[in-house]
Amino acid sequence: MIERRPLLDLLAHVVLIIGVAVVAFPVYLTLVASTQSAQEISASRPLSLWPGSHALETYKVALFGGETSAGSKLPAGAPMMLVSLISALVIAVGKITISLLSAFAFVYFRFPLRMLVFWMIFVTLMLPVEVRITPTYAVVSDLGMLNSYAGLTIPLIASATATFLFRQFFLTVPDELVEAARVDGAGPMRFFKDVLLPMSATSIAALFVIQFIYGWNQYLWPLLVTTDEAMYPVVLGIKRLVAGEAYTEWNVVMATAMLAMLPPALVVVLMQKWFVKGLVDTDK
Amino acid sequence: MAALSLREVIKDYVQGKQALRVIHGVSAHIEDGEFVVIVGPSGCGKSTLLRMVAGLEEITGGDIVIGERVVNSLEPAERDIAMVFQNYALYPHMSVFDNMAYGLKIQKLPKQEIQARVARAAEILELSTLLERKPRQLSGGQRQRVAMGRAIVRQPRVFLFDEPLSNLDAKLRAQTRLEIQKLHADLGITSLFVTHDQVEAMTLAQRMIVMNSGRVEQFDTPEAVYSRPASTFVASFIGSPPMNLLHSVPGLEPEKILGIRPEHLDLTPGVGWQVLVQTTELLGAERLIHARMGQENLTLRLDAAVTAPRPGESVQITARPDKLHFFDRANGQRLP
Repeated sequence: MIERRPLLDLLAHVVLIIGVAVVAFPVYLTLVASTQSAQEISASRPLSLWPGSHALETYKVALFGGETSAGSKLPAGAPMMLVSLISALVIAVGKITISLLSAFAFVYFRFPLRMLVFWMIFVTLMLPVEVRITPTYAVVSDLGMLNSYAGLTIPLIASATATFLFRQFFLTVPDELVEAARVDGAGPMRFFKDVLLPMSATSIAALFVIQFIYGWNQYLWPLLVTTDEAMYPVVLGIKRLVAGEAYTEWNVVMATAMLAMLPPALVVVLMQKWFVKGLVDTDK
Repeated sequence: MAALSLREVIKDYVQGKQALRVIHGVSAHIEDGEFVVIVGPSGCGKSTLLRMVAGLEEITGGDIVIGERVVNSLEPAERDIAMVFQNYALYPHMSVFDNMAYGLKIQKLPKQEIQARVARAAEILELSTLLERKPRQLSGGQRQRVAMGRAIVRQPRVFLFDEPLSNLDAKLRAQTRLEIQKLHADLGITSLFVTHDQVEAMTLAQRMIVMNSGRVEQFDTPEAVYSRPASTFVASFIGSPPMNLLHSVPGLEPEKILGIRPEHLDLTPGVGWQVLVQTTELLGAERLIHARMGQENLTLRLDAAVTAPRPGESVQITARPDKLHFFDRANGQRLP
């Protein structure tokens, strides 16, 4: 803005503060609830907005499971978080690797039916997981990949978005650079490794953040392909805590939710600099 | 170092069933250590020819020989050439040192050898203090020097330059031109240099190839190209302003064209051709007079000290008889 008007400033701040409140308040509520005991939560209506004093024991139960004060036995959250972490990492890294390689092939190699193959991949953008979930489930089940990391991750790895993004990026790399590398004696894979990869570092970082969160937040697919408790990701674990046969221990649910939010938040915070750079920068 | 021979080199671009011929059998022999410039208007095929020598374009017909080796089917890296690109083509994420060392690392040379070669090239090009920088932290002229450094460290048998000066401003261009000349004098590596700028061609070349629509019009020293152009195309392409080409002059046989350079026309009151002055341009030391003689336009280049005729004035001019050029009207070729 060229001109600073107090009224506009005030309005902007009000809007932003409301926005923050809408997003942050539920998180705060979750945090507060996770520090109270189950009895406190069920006794007080509305919920007290002040943190309670049971944080340590609640988080201990949420992470490692065990008997609660209310007397029910709960599964441990830590292994579920590990499952989530592994699947999210495999999905993010796998998606990026495959997309990079396929975009590389599309841009730098001439092979028969190149455009057809590209458009076939592109068309899958129009088919989200939910649409193809039944046939995918059949395939995964026939291959015996139920209740395994392979089953959790492989069907989610193929990514038209990332392939398309990298293809567009590679197309902007000047031809002279490719030729200079040829004169320098760099073969295709060498060029890929030494020139293209470092040049796409920021895009890779941005995609990693997006894909990690995508992988972490998967719910529907794990719900279908896992029946073994040892293979439940944490998002599914929260659901199971709520839909438990007995009494819902809301403090543990909230603590698990807080824990489930942590890794994606951490990834965003740690990679923020790269992420923003990847979205806005054209460093060529 | 090596000589470079082009033998009846042909290039076709195939589109569907149609083949478009862009290089029509070019032959040239470039001596070991010679600096040859290929010059021509845009689209004449000069860059394509250079890229064929580099191995970046396939050769449809003919042979390209570097030293004793026919290199037609070799990869660029195997041809013992180094190329300097128009837009420098530096790797943006690598430091100046890494940019120059990259080719050597791929060749798996020992570390000390790479260090020594890069250090020497950097010294020659005055880049020693910039080795840690990234290309985007360099000016255009410095980037150009890094691109040349990358070529030098390879110690190639042939240097290829693809319009390397066209992205520099006028002052830097003149300076870099001198540097390239000095570099060639020091290293003595056979060089092929493509440009559309006739000043670059005239000043850099030991011999120059003038190309027009995929054919060699003339391959000779700059002096010979200027003083004995092989065709009307060369006559009008080299020299600024270009040679006057006159079709209807008293006493000229109808199947001939008369060529005369602007500096070889003099004002001669009383005798010679009658011309009508249109405009005059002062260039500092000289003055250009644009005039009409019947249907023909012609240009004179006079010393600025000579009193200039005014536009609209009618003056008489004479061409120096030993400086006349005759061309065949049918094919534009020079007549002896």
